[in-house]
Amino acid sequence: MAETGRGPYGPYGSYGPYRRLRDGLRAYRLIAAMWIRSTMAYRASFAMTAFGNLAATSFDFVAILLMFSQVDELGGYTLPEIAFLYGVVGVAFGLTDLMIGSMDRLGSRVRDGTLDTLLVRPAPVLAQVAADRFALRRLGRIAQGLFVLGYAIAVLDIDWTPLKVLMVPMMVLSGGLVFGAVFVAGGAFQFVAQDAAEVQNSFTYGGSTLLQYPPTVFAKDLVRGVTFVLPLAFVNWVPALYVLGRPYPLDLPTWVAFAPPLVAAGCCVLAGLAWRAGLRSYRSTGS
Amino acid sequence: MGLNSTGTTGSTGSTGDISNTGYSGYSDGMDRHFIELDRVEKVFDVRKKTGFLRRERREVRAVDSISFTVARGEMVGYIGPNGAGKSTTIKMLTGILTPSGGRLRVAGIDPSRERTRLAHRIGVVFGQRTTLWWDLPLIDSYRLMHRMYRIPDARYRENLDRCVELLELADLLDVPVRQLSLGQRMRGDIAAALLHDPEVLYLDEPTIGLDVISKAKVREFLRDLNAERGTTVLLTTHDLQDIEQVCRRVMVIDHGRLVYDGPLAGLHEVGDSERTLVVDLERELPPIEAAPARVVKVEGPRQWLAFPASESAAPLVARIAAEYPLVDLSVREPDIEAVIATMYAEQAQYAKQTEFAKQTEFAKQTEYAEQAEYAEQADPARRPGEAEETVP
Repeated sequence: MAETGRGPYGPYGSYGPYRRLRDGLRAYRLIAAMWIRSTMAYRASFAMTAFGNLAATSFDFVAILLMFSQVDELGGYTLPEIAFLYGVVGVAFGLTDLMIGSMDRLGSRVRDGTLDTLLVRPAPVLAQVAADRFALRRLGRIAQGLFVLGYAIAVLDIDWTPLKVLMVPMMVLSGGLVFGAVFVAGGAFQFVAQDAAEVQNSFTYGGSTLLQYPPTVFAKDLVRGVTFVLPLAFVNWVPALYVLGRPYPLDLPTWVAFAPPLVAAGCCVLAGLAWRAGLRSYRSTGS
Repeated sequence: MGLNSTGTTGSTGSTGDISNTGYSGYSDGMDRHFIELDRVEKVFDVRKKTGFLRRERREVRAVDSISFTVARGEMVGYIGPNGAGKSTTIKMLTGILTPSGGRLRVAGIDPSRERTRLAHRIGVVFGQRTTLWWDLPLIDSYRLMHRMYRIPDARYRENLDRCVELLELADLLDVPVRQLSLGQRMRGDIAAALLHDPEVLYLDEPTIGLDVISKAKVREFLRDLNAERGTTVLLTTHDLQDIEQVCRRVMVIDHGRLVYDGPLAGLHEVGDSERTLVVDLERELPPIEAAPARVVKVEGPRQWLAFPASESAAPLVARIAAEYPLVDLSVREPDIEAVIATMYAEQAQYAKQTEFAKQTEFAKQTEYAEQAEYAEQADPARRPGEAEETVP
């Protein structure tokens, strides 16, 4: 009796951040695997939604193609350049969507009380919520983004330097983290305002659509707002302009192009704090 | 709800049985105070919209200074009307909610501060929300528990085998959960909550919506679990039968306060509640005379007799069967609301002598007296088979 419930990792000692992270990733893996098996229970449905997902995201790019069939340039950018912007954001957002795309379900979990069943499990709630409804069909978005990015890189006549080569995966990863931070912060907000899923979507999906067009298309104030209020711009514009060898908007200094990892880390810390505050407020107010 | 004639055994008999299976062998303080609440309270800030951007703030005391201890191996029923604070207490005990005040310990752990650590030592069954995986075979949910709780293989296998045998799950393991009946799913959920050998099992309405046979299976399993493993069981319910057949001790909570803590028989005495015997005779007859029961209603050949809940129904049934042409009968238990309502009505009479009365405002008591009346009026309407009768 005395040792009941103790795992092979021995008695509960300190429960540090490293252990939390490891436990979280482990729980994430376990739950995501369960969701994959769940969707495989309906194979035909999986195939259809995966195809539908790919088709729907492709239409975004088709819209841009149509626009370019009428004009040669959009705000001074050519089609391949736009494809580059689009591809980087597409892949970054696709990665985030695949990993934690179901955060917007948190609101309904709070409302119907099923969040409680996650809180009695020996795993961090964030990991459990992030893995909720894990869906492989979201690979469609990444595939589409990679395709467009590949096209852009093949067609563009970029003066590649090692730094510029390194810049591309850095942009994708930092962008993914920034999107992830927005998702998590949005989730945290849902603890407070339980119908916030729509607000969050306007930030993430809306944000990613905005970034798929070059900055000069939009008014300067809007650009300033997006760059500083929501650092999503670091996903794409500034580093992409560096890679493309274009001048920055708002006369920013050159080194800003290398800031994305720092910005991403900052966003993640802020989102983590917001999440903790949200969870704490849920646990002190109830549903 | 109404139960059929197989369940007519007296309440005293079944509580007696359970006390024999008591789990003993622990004597140190930690085991006597396995669950410990000391003036625990939970206050919610409820914000109500009163206009555009205007909100009214109101404090709601869901749990108001509750203190009790539960020893290791006890089986406790936690009852009360809807909104009394039952779920809030369970949520604080499981670490889901943080108390606003007071001290709370489960197995020496502060639940809200060490939620994940506590999770290894408790099992929770939410009657209305399944934790099983809807589209996957039942066994897959158990495999997830195995890995998530890091249960050693041998122990997992042993626990799974025991649960499968006692809860009759063998044929269900490969069935997707969505195809299970409510009763089967509940059994599946209980098994899922026990695979990691929890020291305490919380069940929130475990028999809600189940048929008589499923209810009996669940109750029997809980008794065995307690007897063999010494698992502490705390369950909330609306069904007094759950308490009668499973728990030795019952706690009644109302308006966030603990209003009764003791054996179920005592609750009946305090509440002076009555059970109802519904008798179907061969033909219409004058009201049956069988003291201490009294006829409260006659409708054609069917008669309703009220008798004290603390009395056994058996001798009464035997007497009526001997003296009257009996076709069918059923015993209806008083529901929790009615018992509590009568309890308050009683207290209103002895307001100055009892301790409870000091804590309860007069308004509350009159409100309850009204509810008691209402419950009595409403009760006959709940008889089984009414639908057929009203059809012309």
